[in-house]
Amino acid sequence: MIEFDAHLVQGRFVLEAKFEAAAGITALFGPSGSGKTTIINLIAGLTRLQSGRIVIGDRVLVDTARGLFVPSHKRRIGLVFQDAQLFPHLTVEQNLRFGRWFAPRVSNGIAMEPVVERLGIRSLLSRRPSRLSGGEKQRVALARALLASPRLLLMDEPLAGLDQDRKTEIFPLIESMRDDFKIPIVYVTHAIDEVARLASFVVRLDAGRVVETGSAAAILRQTSGARVWSARDAFPDA
Amino acid sequence: MFEFTANEWVAIELSLRIAFLATIAALPFAVAAAYALARLTFPGKAIVDSVLHLPLVLPPVVTGYMLLLAFGKRGPIGAFLFDHFGISLAFRWTGAALACAVMGFPLMLRAIRLSFESIDRRLEAAAGTLGANGRWTFLLVTLPLSLPGILAGAIMCFAKALGEFGATITFVSNIPGETQTIASSIYSYTQVPGGESGALRLTMISIAIALIALVTSEFLNRRVQRRIAVFE
Repeated sequence: MIEFDAHLVQGRFVLEAKFEAAAGITALFGPSGSGKTTIINLIAGLTRLQSGRIVIGDRVLVDTARGLFVPSHKRRIGLVFQDAQLFPHLTVEQNLRFGRWFAPRVSNGIAMEPVVERLGIRSLLSRRPSRLSGGEKQRVALARALLASPRLLLMDEPLAGLDQDRKTEIFPLIESMRDDFKIPIVYVTHAIDEVARLASFVVRLDAGRVVETGSAAAILRQTSGARVWSARDAFPDA
Repeated sequence: MFEFTANEWVAIELSLRIAFLATIAALPFAVAAAYALARLTFPGKAIVDSVLHLPLVLPPVVTGYMLLLAFGKRGPIGAFLFDHFGISLAFRWTGAALACAVMGFPLMLRAIRLSFESIDRRLEAAAGTLGANGRWTFLLVTLPLSLPGILAGAIMCFAKALGEFGATITFVSNIPGETQTIASSIYSYTQVPGGESGALRLTMISIAIALIALVTSEFLNRRVQRRIAVFE
């Protein structure tokens, strides 16, 4: 369960967003500049909120009214960046161990073996990130985030730089994180096919505001409806 | 002609010893200052930045004289060190190392700061989301990624220390066997008749040491680059 309620002014950009999301994959969906990445950074603790409250499960991470701010490294929230951000001076295996090393030693922690197996990265373990393709980097980034045993996984357009074949390859892996490893995911995208494939719940954003929230099916119906309507409107004689 | 006199050997050994000590002593301060300037915001940052770079633009004699005022036996810092710890820096080889460290510091700071600034901040953010606090992130991500810059800075400082003359001779004078370095030996040779061959010998050795330092730094830098593979 995620409760997000935030007010933030950054230059001319104003974020005024409030939503709640349950387990599964929540898509933050909207055009660029709508505030998706800002929300991700706020949840991860990389940006400070001016006023508002962020709660993940039973843990309050930010509550400006009480002056509460849990720093990023204590949140146990994984983040997969658009461009992977693997540590270039470490091998793939060392990258994976990095997250594991700092993860609390809990009994239900995620183990190395099944993750390496499921993401198909065993042959890459001794390589440096500079020797990986885009799709491989992203799979390693997923594995690294997963091995830190996060309570929530944030993904910031993780497939944006990949071609369709690579995307198709990674879709089931993301679903597996949700289903096999039982981790709730907040997924940022502006691609409607990714929303359709992955999301159970959608938060649609525009210009720093939540336009609507709802099940993926309902939102997609409306969005595609609007698109058909505007296309007809533009070409009335067609 | 290439037989060094005993005094020349001492000067060579002393120069290297002073340059090593200066580099090692300046390094932690340079890393800390570079990190503060690259990553933190605090009031008066521009002023701190300028003051730290002063030795680069001041006449070296001025820097040397200021060191003498501060660290001389009756200077505020010098008197404190002498009264409490019995340490005296003026006219000692350790004082020469201090002068060289101060002169080389801005060069070192600059190189290290640039390498901190060139690191993608999101890598540090990634370390944070993986559970590493600020200190671990610095040790495991920031520091290793800035190694080429730290190395370059250390070599610059070492080279500067080997060649330093103005501040050193003002602060610790030119005492054979204690503070007479290669540079000040060459100066002494040029002041006496018949000193040409001695000056030439030490000039050659200066060039040789500088070349070895540069080649070593290039070699180490390549090894580090290969490990980090930033430019692939």
